Amino acid sequence: MTDADPARLYRTVRLIRRFEERAIALVRSGHIVGGIHPYLGQEGIAAGVCAALDAGDLVTGTHRGHGHVLAKGADPARMMAELCGRETGLNRGRGGSMHAADLSIGVLGANAIVGASPAILTGAVWAHRQRGNPVVGASFFGDGAVNEGMLLEAFNLAALWRVPVLLVCENNGYATTMPVAGAVAGTITGRAEAFGIPAVVVDGQDPEAVRQVTAAAVARMRDGGGPELVEARTYRFDAHHTFEHAVRLAYRTPQEVADGRSRDPVDIQGARLSPADREAVDAEVETTLDAAVAFALAGPEPDPAGALDHLYASGLTARGGS
Amino acid sequence: MPRLSYRKALTRALTDEMTRDESVFLLGEDIRVGASNVTPGLLKRFGPDRVLDTPLSEQAFTSFATGAALAGLRPVVEFQIPSLLFLVFEQIVNHAHKFPMMTGGQCSVPVTYLVPGSGSRTGWAGQHSDHPYSLFAHVGIVTVVPATPADAYGLLASAIRHDDPVVVFAPAAALEVRDDVDFATLAPVPLGRGVVRRAGDDVTVVAVGHLVHDALAVAEELADQVSVEVFDPRTIYPFDLDGLLDSVSRTGRLVVVDDSNRSCGIAAEIITSVLERVPLVAPPRRVTRPDGAVLPFAPVLDRAVQPGREQLTAAIQLTMKDRS
Ligand SMILES: Cc1ncc(C[n+]2csc(CCOP(=O)(O)OP(=O)(O)O)c2C)c(N)n1
Ligand SMILES: [Mg+2]
Repeated sequence: MTDADPARLYRTVRLIRRFEERAIALVRSGHIVGGIHPYLGQEGIAAGVCAALDAGDLVTGTHRGHGHVLAKGADPARMMAELCGRETGLNRGRGGSMHAADLSIGVLGANAIVGASPAILTGAVWAHRQRGNPVVGASFFGDGAVNEGMLLEAFNLAALWRVPVLLVCENNGYATTMPVAGAVAGTITGRAEAFGIPAVVVDGQDPEAVRQVTAAAVARMRDGGGPELVEARTYRFDAHHTFEHAVRLAYRTPQEVADGRSRDPVDIQGARLSPADREAVDAEVETTLDAAVAFALAGPEPDPAGALDHLYASGLTARGGS
Repeated sequence: MPRLSYRKALTRALTDEMTRDESVFLLGEDIRVGASNVTPGLLKRFGPDRVLDTPLSEQAFTSFATGAALAGLRPVVEFQIPSLLFLVFEQIVNHAHKFPMMTGGQCSVPVTYLVPGSGSRTGWAGQHSDHPYSLFAHVGIVTVVPATPADAYGLLASAIRHDDPVVVFAPAAALEVRDDVDFATLAPVPLGRGVVRRAGDDVTVVAVGHLVHDALAVAEELADQVSVEVFDPRTIYPFDLDGLLDSVSRTGRLVVVDDSNRSCGIAAEIITSVLERVPLVAPPRRVTRPDGAVLPFAPVLDRAVQPGREQLTAAIQLTMKDRS
């Protein structure tokens, strides 16, 4: 079932890259307030993992979540509109960058509480299976999450109840400015192994390598296997968050950043296409994103009278503040 | 008429709802054997897929329930100890409660959090005796504190059917309450609707949970001096302000007895909400736990920190003497 077409995988990587670059421009121009956590450099992970999932499978993402949402198939136009806080956004402008969600395609949301979403995904996958819908899930989290007790509880529960969730650790070397070496005792794969969860390390800069590792894990999970962990080694090309563009924080040397950027998932996957095919994909992505940005900026802002809409699914209405 | 205990009413509500709706399932610690004595027999009846014993991983299983709810099930999560709610405040508030809004209405999270034995358990001391229902009202989560067996049944059933998260506090001091109940009349009790437990003319006493029984006893004791109306809100959030205003606009006096800590407790909210709407003939009063209460172990100290009949009696008498 998995999609091994190199051009499609390249397209996803390229789409995320250019989406992020355009989003950063929109942060600078003031159209996206609050900034974003750019996924630049890590695109191969979301792209590779989601290429190995089916449409009905479920994912949860992180604060650095645009790539996860896009790779699972969200409409870039409605995604960009969400970042711009428009009524036409995926979440009607109620979620923004860190909470973009599209439940209709199995995206249970980017989630901005580090380490919190794997337990949610585990419950969702378990419940679908109880209801006779044999989905699997993939939950993305950073290296910072592996020190959250909440995450380790989720590892235990998923393993204990053999819930087929792929635990995807995007190890980009830092939690904000804290290097992995300063934060992680033991290893990331060792945490999984302690719960009997098979764990592998993969080159997160190579989208096809990520896809293959995921496809193998997903095949085992569909066959009745329990959770597995993939530690994707990657590098964040840009700031932790766009606020960092204004305040240079000295935690990575220019040399380290240059070295990190030398292994670019766009180029690694792009090299698998003929130059002509690559150009064709690039052109189509630009057209798609031109339309996405235009759609986003044309969308209306939500009506302030609806600021409490959807607070309750039951229709309960809350008292206003005055 | 048969006697129904509060605890058995909870069991009965779970049984009826699980029978009625296959998407309802239970999870929690030691619930298969029914250590809290609310779930015995349910494993046998509904099987292991619908009665899940969890490891001691409150945060993970609370969010597991959120995920299961997002996928269309209706989990009921039992917590052995009220103080465990502090561990999972993150999971309930940041995720279960916020998902419908943050997703722009793409989902609902119909989870019930059931706490059989909330508040003081006499002798269980600081880390087992909290009663944090005001905290959930503050963050806007539907919160019920049933006082009677019929309401325990009816509010738990409604909680399970509700499309948003609901916390059900079953006070330890109410679990052994028994009432004559015609089982045929057991039915869901609407959320957000209070009830006048005792009619009176001079003062309205709002009593929460187990304190309803104390308020009724005090009202009887004072019957030859003052005519006390006892209002049981049943749901703390959303609060039945209209129901209470009906009562207070007749009596003109208000006393609230509430097992919350004083500062930012629901009593403060109730009093303010009434004063915003109707004038009273005397200043309102509240009987609560002290600020920042940690329940001490020794029984005399435990009792000293909880709102009780003596303080309520005094508050009613003072309110009757006062004039605004
Ligand atoms: C539980 C929690 N603690 C702290 C934060 C603030 N915070 C947001 S992102 C971040 C770093 C996360 O690092 P990592 O998990 O490695 O992901 P990365 O940003 O590197 O993608 C921190 C500390 C948070 N959102 N949630
Ligand atoms: Mg990181």
